[in-house]
Amino acid sequence: MEINFEQIVFYGFSALLILSALMVILVKNSVKAVLFLVLSFFSTAGLWMLLQAEFLAIALVLVYVGAVMVLFLFVVMMLDVRVAAARHRFTRLLPLAIFIAAGFLYLLHWIIGEHHFGSDVMPPPSNVEEGYSNVRELGKMLYTDYFLPFELAAVILLVAMIAAISLTFRGKRSRKSQNIDKQVRVTKAERLKIISYDTPQEKDKSKEASS
Amino acid sequence: MFEWIEELLWILAKIGAILVPLILAVAYTTYAERKVIGYMQLRRGPNRVGPRGLLQPFADVIKLLMKEIVLPTGASKTLFILGPILFIGPSFAAWAVIPFDADLVLADINAGLIYLLAMTSIGVYGIIIAGWASNSKYAFLGAIRSASQVISYEIAMGISLVGVLMCANSMNLGDIVLAQSGNLFTWYWLPLFPLLVVFWISGVAETNRAPFDLPEGESEIVAGFHVEYAGMAFALFFLAEYANMILVSCLTAIMFFGGWLSPFQGIPVLDGLTQWIPGTFWLLLKTGVFLFGLLWLRATFPRFRYDQIMRLGWKIFIPVTLVWIAVLAIWIKSQVWPFGGG
Repeated sequence: MEINFEQIVFYGFSALLILSALMVILVKNSVKAVLFLVLSFFSTAGLWMLLQAEFLAIALVLVYVGAVMVLFLFVVMMLDVRVAAARHRFTRLLPLAIFIAAGFLYLLHWIIGEHHFGSDVMPPPSNVEEGYSNVRELGKMLYTDYFLPFELAAVILLVAMIAAISLTFRGKRSRKSQNIDKQVRVTKAERLKIISYDTPQEKDKSKEASS
Repeated sequence: MFEWIEELLWILAKIGAILVPLILAVAYTTYAERKVIGYMQLRRGPNRVGPRGLLQPFADVIKLLMKEIVLPTGASKTLFILGPILFIGPSFAAWAVIPFDADLVLADINAGLIYLLAMTSIGVYGIIIAGWASNSKYAFLGAIRSASQVISYEIAMGISLVGVLMCANSMNLGDIVLAQSGNLFTWYWLPLFPLLVVFWISGVAETNRAPFDLPEGESEIVAGFHVEYAGMAFALFFLAEYANMILVSCLTAIMFFGGWLSPFQGIPVLDGLTQWIPGTFWLLLKTGVFLFGLLWLRATFPRFRYDQIMRLGWKIFIPVTLVWIAVLAIWIKSQVWPFGGG
C-alpha cells in the first residue's frame, strides 16, 4: 500500500486529536484537562489545514487557543476544585450518565452522519487553481450570501456580552481608584511648598551677631 | 515514493538558515541591550570578555549551560519542562512567514497576517504553564498577570493590523509590503499613524518588556513566572523574549515601514545609485531601529502599575483603533491619496 505524506499527517493528527480528547475527560487535574483541550484544538486545526481551509484552521488557533482557552485556564487555575468529592457520587449517577451520553451520541450520528455529511453530499475539495485565496472566498460568502445570518450572529453575541456584563455589574461602588487624568495634570505648585528656614548654624550666627 | 523526504530535508535546511542567524541575533541583542543601557546610564556595559566585551553572549550561554536545572518540590514535572519549550516554539515558528526580500520567504501563505497573530498569542501558554507548574506563589502571580496583559493587548494589536490589511487588500505579508511601494510617504506609517503607535506599544506589552514587564516585576514578585527556573530552562525564556523583541520590531518594519523596500524608492538619482543594496539590508536596518527603540524604552520608563496597564489597553487603545478603522474605511472608499486617485 502506498502511503503518502498527506496520509501520515492525517493519521498523526487524528490519533493526537482522539487521544487528547480522551485525556480531557480522563485526566484528574483540571488544569491538565484544559491543556489537553488546547492540544485537541491544535490537532483539529492541523486536520482543517489538510482540507485546505487555512484561514479557518488559523482562526481556530487564534480565537480558541489564543484567547478563549487562555481565559479558561485563567479561571480553572484560580478555582480550587476538589476532584475526590465529585468522584464520590460518580458511580451512583453512572446509569443516568450512560443513558444521556448514548442519547447525545445518537443525535451526533444523526446530524453528522452520511445523510448530511456523506461523501456524496460533501465531495472532497477539488484541487484549486493558483491564486485562489481561501480568505477572499470566505469573506465574499459571509458578506454576500450569508450576510443576514452573519450579522444576526454578531448581534446575538453582542447582546450576550452586554447581558453578562450587566449580570455581574453590581452598581457603581465608591472605589478608591485613582483618577489618572488628575494625577497627570498635577503641577509643582500643588505638591511642593518652599518655605524659608534657618538652619541651626545660621541661627547661631544670627544670635552671635545680635549679642 | 520518498520524494517528500527530500522535500522535508530541504525545508529543514531553510528553517536552519533562518534560525541560526536569528539565535546569533538574539545573542548579540542581549549584548547590545547591556551596552546601550550602559551608555545611557553613564556606564560602560560588558567589556571584559573578548575585545570590547564582544564574546560576552557566548560566555553567558556557556555559564547557563553548565548550571543545574532545579526542579522545585511539588512542581508538576512534565509541565515545568514543557513551559519554556512552549514559550520558545511559537516565537520561532512566527518567523516562517516573514518575507526577508521579494521572494525570500519560507512559507508564502495567504493567511500570513493571521498566522502571525495566532503565533504571538499562543506564546502566553508557555508563561502560564511555567508559572502554574512551578508551585510558587510569585511564579503564579506572574503567570496570571501575563495572561491578562497579553489578552488585553492582543485585541488592540489585532485591530490595528486590520487597518493594515484594509489598505493592502491582502493578508499575505509579501503583498502587504508590495502594496506600500512608491516612496517614503506611501508606506503605511503616514495614513495609519495612530494604528502604528498602538501596534508598537502593544507589541512592547506583548513581549513583556519594560515598561510592561509586570509578569517579571523584579521589585514586586521577584522574577515572576520564571522565578523557579535555572540554567538552560531559564535561558530558553530569555532567548524567546529577545526573539519576540526582534519579531515585533521586524513586524513593525514590514507592516508600517515598507519591509524590504528601499527608502530611496521614487527619488530620481539616489534610487538608481542604491539599487545594488539587497532588500534584506533595508529590512534589517529598519528592524534594528525599532529594536533600539525597545532598549531605549527600557532605559527610560519606570514600570506601569497593573490598573494603568489595563486602562491603557482597554480604554484608550481599543477605542482609538476602532475609530481609526472607521476613518480608514471612509478614506479608502473615497479614493483620496494615497488610496487610489492621487
